[in-house]
Amino acid sequence: MVIKLRQESEIKTVVEAAVASHGITEEALIPILTEVNNKLGFLPEQAMAEISRSLRLPQSHLYSTASFYRMLSTKPRGKHVIKFCESAPCHVMGGRKLWEALHKELGLNPGETSADGQWTVLTTSCPGICGVGPVLMVDDEVYGNVTPERLSEILAQYQEGGK
Amino acid sequence: MKYYRSHVLVCVDPECLAKGAHELLDALQDELVYQGLIDEVQVLETSRIGGCAYGPEIMVYPEGTHYANIQVDQVPYLVEEHFMKGRVVDSLLAEEVKPTDEELGPPKPKEVRVVLRNCGQIDPENIEDYIAEDGYQALGKVLTEMSPDDTINEVLESGLRGRGGAGFPAGRKWQFCRKAAGSPKYLICNADEGDPGAFMNRRVLEGDPHSVIEGMIIAAYAIGASHGYIYCRAEYPVAIRTLSIAIDQARNLGLLGDNILGSDFSFDLEVRMGAGAFVCGEETALMASIEGKRGEPRPRPPFPAVAGLWGKPTNINNVETYANIPQIILKGAEWFAGMGTEKSKGTKTFAIAGDVNNTGLIEVPLGITLREVVYDIGDGIRDNKEFKAVQTGGPMGGCLPADYLDMPVDYESLTAAGSIMGSGGMIIMDEDTCMVDIARFFMEFTQDESCGKCTPCRVGTRRILEILERICDGQGKDGDIETLEMLCKEIKSTSLCGLGQGAPNPVESTLKHFRHEYEAHIYEKRCPSKVCRGLIHFRILEDACTGCMVCARNCPVDAISGERRQLHTIDPDICIRCGICDQVCNFNAVEVY
Repeated sequence: MVIKLRQESEIKTVVEAAVASHGITEEALIPILTEVNNKLGFLPEQAMAEISRSLRLPQSHLYSTASFYRMLSTKPRGKHVIKFCESAPCHVMGGRKLWEALHKELGLNPGETSADGQWTVLTTSCPGICGVGPVLMVDDEVYGNVTPERLSEILAQYQEGGK
Repeated sequence: MKYYRSHVLVCVDPECLAKGAHELLDALQDELVYQGLIDEVQVLETSRIGGCAYGPEIMVYPEGTHYANIQVDQVPYLVEEHFMKGRVVDSLLAEEVKPTDEELGPPKPKEVRVVLRNCGQIDPENIEDYIAEDGYQALGKVLTEMSPDDTINEVLESGLRGRGGAGFPAGRKWQFCRKAAGSPKYLICNADEGDPGAFMNRRVLEGDPHSVIEGMIIAAYAIGASHGYIYCRAEYPVAIRTLSIAIDQARNLGLLGDNILGSDFSFDLEVRMGAGAFVCGEETALMASIEGKRGEPRPRPPFPAVAGLWGKPTNINNVETYANIPQIILKGAEWFAGMGTEKSKGTKTFAIAGDVNNTGLIEVPLGITLREVVYDIGDGIRDNKEFKAVQTGGPMGGCLPADYLDMPVDYESLTAAGSIMGSGGMIIMDEDTCMVDIARFFMEFTQDESCGKCTPCRVGTRRILEILERICDGQGKDGDIETLEMLCKEIKSTSLCGLGQGAPNPVESTLKHFRHEYEAHIYEKRCPSKVCRGLIHFRILEDACTGCMVCARNCPVDAISGERRQLHTIDPDICIRCGICDQVCNFNAVEVY
């Protein structure tokens, strides 16, 4: 799998910044994990070890917490992360057909990353923009009123390296 | 203070920005300077005017004129006509269009906007806008004229019930917390609006964050809390940003921090982000998350009011509950109690989603009927189809059929009907919806979000889901309905928290009101709404097929065969029921049965 692996020093810097920003109490754990996850794309082993040391919390506690929350990942993610809203309003407004189109296009189940490291598909909890369902997010961009026809067009923008 | 004779509000939401809102704003400023009007007409940024498909758009006050789709080269003409000659430019007026997305337009008939009053009217990133709308006056009144007990009494008399879903009287909760022993005391705002289809809290947080902050400061004063958290879900990045800016601005003006407004009451707030766990909307799970742990609920008693965050007395309320407080203080408990029903006072926001013409947010007095919501405000079912059911309260709410359309929407009635108020989501379903599929769908959600701590929920919801999946797949058997009923009953009565206790509601209510659909799936192996893949079949109608071969070309599994200009046929053994043939056929020759 072609995923860009981060340098050790980069990971260390990111962790240190997060700890400096949020503190070293147990209370700071989730904010730290979130920041590191967002900057590195996921939570590498090295980062977990560093956070464990800084907060003096056992790694088991860290993994127990990180694995509970959907937005944190201990597995590397693809270059572009597609978040598909699987909630009821989107479902009722054509979400199922869109999901099938997405599955047909990329062949990925939720949580999977493509072999070329380009895409990760995730389902997301309701982002709260139900008026424009069905909703799809690619990285930080939100797309509303998405039809199966528009899907290829949306995905193509990312493939050409346009974004 | 500078007085302007006119204000121009330019919408700078993402949709409008993408259409050139900043360029428009600059052009307006430049033209006003050029015409020597810049000291008379003020140009401001705002959010959510409502006509997002037609951006960029502006509102001109005091007239309240709404212009949309303005190009930069039209600005000189607009300024000359409207601001110099006092003539409305008809060609630029925004059309009264039905909102097709979730933006708040002007209030619809029967709406009463209390919590949503400022949304779309003020710049949420400017505290002075809020202050201009009587913002922080309530706080001033409370700190100078009322004692903590007076404050609690006012809230008690208003009859305000917690808007997060449980509907517990807010004043009483505050009383418990005030009386509890322990220090420091904490205040939490539950902004983890996880119910799919609910986005009321998001609107308030993005459009009027100070109403929540002010409500929280007042509550903190009432119970004696010194520190507060707004736990906001990470799926709401705009809300998090708006809140953070608002808190900073409040702090800068001495409305947060030490000795607020010169009194000896000190209180400060911070925003805490969720990380994608629905169950963290449950109060004890939320507190665990703030403490840095897995978001698992714990048994109550002790209740958070007595022993909450780190074992200290903690008051948790929903965003909307706090947002009501400043108005209750300013206008009085009697005013609030004058709206709604005897036991459900005040207004409530609802998010209407699904198969209606007008989806979006509304705020109405409690006691309005479902019929009024669906037909008067929602403008009826899309494509003139028949109403089938409405699910209220989120994924733990029940589905109510047409018999309930004249039921008033209030806490008691909904509970008696087998549903819940929940956070206020309403998903409206038309005649083409399969209720078994819907039950399965909601169970999939709750099963996924179950924290796993207690067996009834962790295992019980999975068993229910397995049975529902089998039924939707055409493998339902005799006894399944009875097993489902038994499981629902057991899980409801033995689960640790509201998620497990409510998870069976969609199943239970659909079994009660749509039993015939379950029976059709199980005994006739038929899905009456033609939704469940395992139970539907596709065939091509001889009379309509022209042999154009479009369906065969598009079939992903090559299940269709036929010669050009000859009747085509679908092989049922290969067909995966994806429906693509039906979508691409131009002659309506594909029948689903």
